[in-house]
Amino acid sequence: MKNKYSIFSLIKNAFSYHENWEKAWKDPEPKKEYDAVIVGGGGHGLATAYYLAKKHNMKNIAVVEKGWIGGGNTGRNTTIIRSNYLWDASAGLYDHALKIWEGLSQELNYNVMFSQRGVMNLAHNLQDVRDLKRRTHANRLNGIDAVYLNTEQVKKFCPIINTSQDIRYPVLGGTLQRRAGTARHDAVAWGYARGADEMGVDIIQNCEVKGIKRNGDTVEGIETTKGFIKTKKIGVVAAGHSSVIANMAGLKLPLESKPLQALVSEPVKPIIDTVVMSNAVHAYVSQSDKGELVIGAGTDDYVSYSQKGSYDIVEGTLNAILELYPIFSRMRMLRQWGGIVDICPDASPIISKTSIKGLYFNCGWGTGGFKATPGSGDLFAHTIANDEPHKLNAAFNINRFVSGDLVDEHGAAAVAH
Amino acid sequence: MFLINCPFCGEREQSEFKAGGEAHIVRPKQPTELSDDEWAEYLFMRKNIKGVQFERWNHVHGCRKWFNMVRDTSNDQIKAVYKMGEKPPVK
Repeated sequence: MKNKYSIFSLIKNAFSYHENWEKAWKDPEPKKEYDAVIVGGGGHGLATAYYLAKKHNMKNIAVVEKGWIGGGNTGRNTTIIRSNYLWDASAGLYDHALKIWEGLSQELNYNVMFSQRGVMNLAHNLQDVRDLKRRTHANRLNGIDAVYLNTEQVKKFCPIINTSQDIRYPVLGGTLQRRAGTARHDAVAWGYARGADEMGVDIIQNCEVKGIKRNGDTVEGIETTKGFIKTKKIGVVAAGHSSVIANMAGLKLPLESKPLQALVSEPVKPIIDTVVMSNAVHAYVSQSDKGELVIGAGTDDYVSYSQKGSYDIVEGTLNAILELYPIFSRMRMLRQWGGIVDICPDASPIISKTSIKGLYFNCGWGTGGFKATPGSGDLFAHTIANDEPHKLNAAFNINRFVSGDLVDEHGAAAVAH
Repeated sequence: MFLINCPFCGEREQSEFKAGGEAHIVRPKQPTELSDDEWAEYLFMRKNIKGVQFERWNHVHGCRKWFNMVRDTSNDQIKAVYKMGEKPPVK
């Protein structure tokens, strides 16, 4: 049993200069065999392991991660959390996650700094206005809080936005989801890792998967840089590298991996107390607790695993940011980076069994996976443990690309992919 | 960001181009004969290779012509560029 984090443990450890904190998770060598192995130690993978142990009593499991936990897209996203998706299936999926977010810090005894500061999506043309109004109605029918704002209301909610009608892409309105917001990305990975470790899950870092061993149509285990691990169930949560793992098993996925870029500014005093997303011009901005502006851009259009994107994408985003927020014109940017996102043709994820028994995939989250971390882990754990999808992720099976029953969230999700 | 040697215009910045995805996916000759699985394979399934990949690109802000490219997706290095209909110059 781990010591509980509290104000008292903080005071106690202050007396020893914070040098004697208990390790949040062990650093074990892999065992010969596990009941299930999760490939990928990001937020989704660690959450999957956590819920497998907690809700499905599978304690003899491992998470293998080729780098360090939370070092991939979990550490590279812009931490936006919302559930205002158009279609019923997506609304169910993302709001399930949002409801878990609301109690996550308490559940994990780990402050994930979930901040329901609201997310506003701007409309810049008449079609945006129609789409956002339609989505607001759809959201409310699904029990998701959403309101449509006109230009004056947008200005009132976020006064630094330039609502002049003379700019290239004027603000014609927007939607607001007040329950939406941000969370601290590292804390999510670390909180789930600590919780999973406490229940006996082995978190094995610096362990890259090199092959998947099959006997006919059944998995037998994985080859890794730390040797062969025998297991009957493999849950792959490898984001941009999902296709690479799928190829090892002889599968093809409907994914393309592309760079998605983000950047942060120098830290400044509080200036923007919400999240503003502007999908038509690909400019997403919020402010971290450290004071940095966190800015998200759009994806590059070519397949790449280089974790680098093109400068013209960043330039386009900053053009839009400066037009919408002239006050930022003299801000200096501190860091810029790219993450590799796995994009599905319908911009919805895959949480599914495959044609190979014991091989499960949770992928295709594309540009917006962070928000779904707790729900994704919960539903993927259910799918692995029962060998059947939960009703909330049944629509997100891999066979939808054969049946044609797609969950088309391109644009509908308020994000132009 | 990288430079692309357009087979028609010469070397230009990548921002002048649009990527068109995996190359050499052949449109089915008998679409009516295809099973749902075969349609899915043709329409949606992609190799998405980490490493050397064959792709289509279009010089949208230049000659607007399509061509093929061989590129290493792990480091964005271009191995070869060739016109539509030509055989890939490298394996």
